[in-house]
Amino acid sequence: MAGGFVYNAIDQTEVATAEIYGKALADIMTKDPKVVAITADLAKSTKLGDVLKICPERVINVGIAEQDMFGVAAGMARAGITPFLSGFSAFTSMRACDQLHTDICYQNVNAKIIATHAGTSFGQAGSTHHAIVDLAIVRAMPNITLIVPADGYETANAVNAAYENFGPYYIRINRGFDRVLYDSQDYGFEVGKAVELHEGTDCTVIACGSCVFQAREAAKFLESADGLKVRVLNMHTIKPIDRDAIIKAVLETRRIITVEDHSIIGGLGSAVAEVVVDSGKACAFKMLGHPDKFAPIGLQEDIMSEVGIDANGIIAAVREVMNKDFEEDDNWDDEF
Amino acid sequence: MPLSKQEWLALEKKAYDLRKLTLQTTMWAGSGHIGGGLSILDLLTVLYHKYLNIKVDDPKWEDRDRFILSKGHAAIAYAPVLCDKGFNDVEMLKTFNLSGSKMGMHLDSNKVVGVDASTGSLGHGASIAAGTALAARILGKDYLTYIATGDGELGEGSNWEAFMTMNHYQLSNCIVFIDRNHCMIDGPTEDVMKLEPLKDKLVAFGFNTICVDGNNINELCDAIDAAIARSKEKCAPTCILMDTQKGAGIKSIAGDYHCHYMAIDDDTFAKYSKELEEDYNARVARAEKEGK
Repeated sequence: MAGGFVYNAIDQTEVATAEIYGKALADIMTKDPKVVAITADLAKSTKLGDVLKICPERVINVGIAEQDMFGVAAGMARAGITPFLSGFSAFTSMRACDQLHTDICYQNVNAKIIATHAGTSFGQAGSTHHAIVDLAIVRAMPNITLIVPADGYETANAVNAAYENFGPYYIRINRGFDRVLYDSQDYGFEVGKAVELHEGTDCTVIACGSCVFQAREAAKFLESADGLKVRVLNMHTIKPIDRDAIIKAVLETRRIITVEDHSIIGGLGSAVAEVVVDSGKACAFKMLGHPDKFAPIGLQEDIMSEVGIDANGIIAAVREVMNKDFEEDDNWDDEF
Repeated sequence: MPLSKQEWLALEKKAYDLRKLTLQTTMWAGSGHIGGGLSILDLLTVLYHKYLNIKVDDPKWEDRDRFILSKGHAAIAYAPVLCDKGFNDVEMLKTFNLSGSKMGMHLDSNKVVGVDASTGSLGHGASIAAGTALAARILGKDYLTYIATGDGELGEGSNWEAFMTMNHYQLSNCIVFIDRNHCMIDGPTEDVMKLEPLKDKLVAFGFNTICVDGNNINELCDAIDAAIARSKEKCAPTCILMDTQKGAGIKSIAGDYHCHYMAIDDDTFAKYSKELEEDYNARVARAEKEGK
């Protein structure tokens, strides 16, 4: 990704993901006086410290009022400003759902939503602060681009992409630190294009966010322990989803597992399933995510382990689907 | 500057013409939100024919004044105002509410020219207005933002969030109108959900609050002049609390909450047209008597 904030490997281990957002935004706002940060009493939690130092007059705090934050952002966007809104995912998707739908998406304004504390990354705070239905909600809204970065580098790339492209963006990032996935920002990030992190032809694991690192670890283990070649796709953009990468995986591996720190209803798994079903081609398919109940309280890694979306859960799922047989189908390639 | 008698009479004539066009649009559509459309029609008239700094041939002009109709269902009156002004072809009104039309019951700002915000879901307009007003401050622009809400709409808590923002940031460049027509779908506001003491609430939220008869063009203009006079200085925003009648201008439905949404047939159209004319004549007589 050309331009924008660039940070190094030290930052990856010492700077929380949301701080990467704050630094990337500070860089953008230094260059562009028409960019404004808006928050609802979460300037500190969503890491706007650097922005506050550089241009405090362009940080609008509306207090604890997410609905107002979205409406204000829509009004600003209509007046030629590019607003970046930041708040907890649980509230950006649910407390202000109507405003996101009507003021932002329906009007198709150039507003960027940074939804922090995604999934169960604020796991100890309980279900009021878990965001495990936000992908389902946001994905159904027309006009919006939905990105779930997998680490700090990808967060910086997503924020820069949101700035460079017109329209509503919803970027869902975790609280705290993410496991480092990339060596630098230059790995070919492109909105709507999955990144292959591990080659494979036996099975494809499609993951987003904090589950991507887990998927790659699982693939490495399965290669050495079971001799399996597992393809891992980082599906950072949930919408518009990379249809080509999914169909290629169906054709070449015929087994797909999706993994996400989100409900199995309506999120990444559903988005991938929609593409597979629409293709008319069947394959073994398994969705890993939160079952249809509220998540337990705890550290994110503990919750991920409990619901089976960590490396161990993915390994077990791959072994399960590898035992599924397929009938011979001579016309397989002709049907596309 | 006080309204001259001549200007007052001209605005009354325009309001009458727009009321007739609103009734006609309701007739074409078969039905519509005529009650809340007519209660706010005098405000729409004075804004679009005296105050708004806008360009019909450049509707997206970035320095234009903004108008946000938070009570989006009043589109049955707003659409005629925009068409009459020249933003859209008057012929479009014949398609209002019909399948395939660009003009639905609540106007889409991406489809209908001159609309600054897509509204319809109540309680959204004030925050959008706060955003456009804040943007003016940030960008160093002088345009004003006008925003009109209904009174029943104030049950939506998001309005009060926006009012807090307007006060906190001292958005005197944002002028809020509340269409206090005392009616909701299910009955009088004070029966459905008490709003009073509304003025005290607005004052408590930091507004420079002005109470007027919202169906009196002369009073409306005085209040707007006062709000504009203080808009250049960063200070408390102004709220103009307009005491209005639902269905204003049509005697047989005025003040009756049942006229929120009505079907109009040939007989009622003829009857209401006659009543509009009688109301106009009375308004002209008042302007002739009280105007200077």
